[in-house]
Amino acid sequence: MKILVCISNVPDTTTKIRFAEGNRAIDTTGIQWVINPWDELSLTRALELRDDPSNGIKSVTVAHVGNADSEPTIRKALAIGADDAVRVNAGSSDAYFVALQLAEVIRKEQFDIIMCGIESSDFNGSAVGGMIAESLGIGSVSAVSGLSISNNQPVMTREIDGGREVVAMTAPMVAIVQKGIAKEPRIAAMRGIMMARTKQIRVYEPVPAEPLTEVQVFEKPAPRAACRFIEPDNPAQLIDLLQNEAKVI
Amino acid sequence: MSVLVYTENWDGKFKKLSYELVSYASALAEMLGTTVTSVTIGETDDNVLKELGRYGAEKAINVTGDSLKTLDNQAYAKVISDIALKEGSKVIILANNNSGKALAPRISVRLKAGIGSGVSKLPLNLDPFTVYKRTYSGNAFAHLVIKSEIRILTLAQNSFEVAEKPENIVLEKVQSGIDGSLVSTVVSETQKQSGQVILTDAEIVVSGGRGMKSPENWPPLVELAGLLGAATACSRPVSDEGWRPHEEHTGQTGKIIAPNLYIAVGISGATQHLAGVSSSKYIVAINSDKDAPIFEAAQYGIVGDAMKVLPKLVEAVKNMKK
Ligand SMILES: Cc1cc2nc3c(=O)[nH]c(=O)nc-3n(C[C@H](O)[C@H](O)[C@H](O)COP(=O)(O)OP(=O)(O)OC[C@H]3O[C@@H](n4cnc5c(N)ncnc54)[C@H](O)[C@@H]3O)c2cc1C
Repeated sequence: MKILVCISNVPDTTTKIRFAEGNRAIDTTGIQWVINPWDELSLTRALELRDDPSNGIKSVTVAHVGNADSEPTIRKALAIGADDAVRVNAGSSDAYFVALQLAEVIRKEQFDIIMCGIESSDFNGSAVGGMIAESLGIGSVSAVSGLSISNNQPVMTREIDGGREVVAMTAPMVAIVQKGIAKEPRIAAMRGIMMARTKQIRVYEPVPAEPLTEVQVFEKPAPRAACRFIEPDNPAQLIDLLQNEAKVI
Repeated sequence: MSVLVYTENWDGKFKKLSYELVSYASALAEMLGTTVTSVTIGETDDNVLKELGRYGAEKAINVTGDSLKTLDNQAYAKVISDIALKEGSKVIILANNNSGKALAPRISVRLKAGIGSGVSKLPLNLDPFTVYKRTYSGNAFAHLVIKSEIRILTLAQNSFEVAEKPENIVLEKVQSGIDGSLVSTVVSETQKQSGQVILTDAEIVVSGGRGMKSPENWPPLVELAGLLGAATACSRPVSDEGWRPHEEHTGQTGKIIAPNLYIAVGISGATQHLAGVSSSKYIVAINSDKDAPIFEAAQYGIVGDAMKVLPKLVEAVKNMKK
């Protein structure tokens, strides 16, 4: 079986977000780009599965839709251990556009398990994985917090509201993963970094696709009122404020 | 033309979330000059369905079928899309919860409908259709234009006030024509949390961080939560250490919640933690370090040792209840 891990290239999660171009884009000066946290965990799990021969995973490929600027992030995924990579040479305009590009890559190269993160930490859309599956007319399981292979078939734990289920699905399928999928993201070792230099990144040109959404303008969240401090020996005052001022208890 | 809202049932019942969705759909329908139709999949009692009329739904469609007993994303997305087409819906509303996130993107591709995900208020503008969307994990908001003719919105839980708007509701029972070949999800085991307030449903949440020092120190925090009818939560290092179960981890890589009240005890307030809780209506911080960033996000704060403050808070809540 072959696994594809879709990765998104996002600002480091501690970045102070600033805007540019009349607030229509974010200011990328000084931003450190990283693999989207979910995708890093998803890649880690894919590699764990590949590294145990009993699972019969032949290869782990990463795919990314982005301009050449994003190659360092792809190289990082290769350094962590992915076997090869695909880049679709286009700016990522919206989830629908990105999903159609990735679906096309999957049609061309054929994968059995396609892994996507539950969301990207920049757009927080939770859309790409499900869109890929629907474009290809294959099954998807969402909120996957565990993935293993049993009798050549993906078996997953999926989170449901207030519980969890164990589900199986015949490949090819899309697993949309979240917390729990792997414990800690795998880190690139020196040898991996050396090897990544020679690994292949196949570049495809995008297929025509019309984005369905467009950001008009960004704004900062409304500032919160300053914190009101209460003396530590007077918690009754806090309870009073919560009851009579905030009216939340 | 109606606004279509997907009202999920939990073992044949609705949760407050379903009423929030219908209330939101009604307010939006009013802006658009149209009505609200709900769709529920799986056996649901007539009396349960009729409840949706109280919040403004004029028609409740209940789809049942042997192949729809458990959530299969592909099959459910087809059911909802087919109804949207039949009803001529121009807006489809789902919850931004596990199932909403699983279904919305599939419906989007079927209907070529753009998604505004995780919205917490009504659209800013109808022409062009513009929604206010959380981005950069809460560090920025976007005015997002949905350009397609049909639009999908997923509503953040606990972000829209339930409002009564009684309507005479018509029920429609539909036997699904979905054949089994579309269903590929095979569920072999289901575990449900019982007896506790579910974190994503909770209106009050009491959460502990590394400042709680050790798992043995949790009882007063749990007691406080019990007295307030609150759910318990924690920061990531706490669940990583195994002090608390993983379901409690809130933040960028955990659960994203928006309770009315979030009480953070011994939590420093890292950006990644705030990414999951910054939409809370009120945040209370209890921390021994007066410069902890959590106080910048909080409206009320106590600088002090959690071990000393928590028992006093428990007492104060008990006194309030007397
Ligand atoms: C990619 C990525 C994703 C992440 N995702 C998440 C996430 O989803 N959720 C999350 O929580 N974190 C996340 N983190 C981790 C985050 O950066 C912080 O490390 C974490 O939130 C800190 O947890 P904490 O506040 O419990 O601990 P600390 O930062 O150690 O803070 C403990 C606090 O307790 C206070 N304290 C100490 N003793 C006492 C006492 N006796 N009484 C009262 N207060 C006391 C201290 O003053 C301090 O402020 C993520 C990090 C990365 C890199």
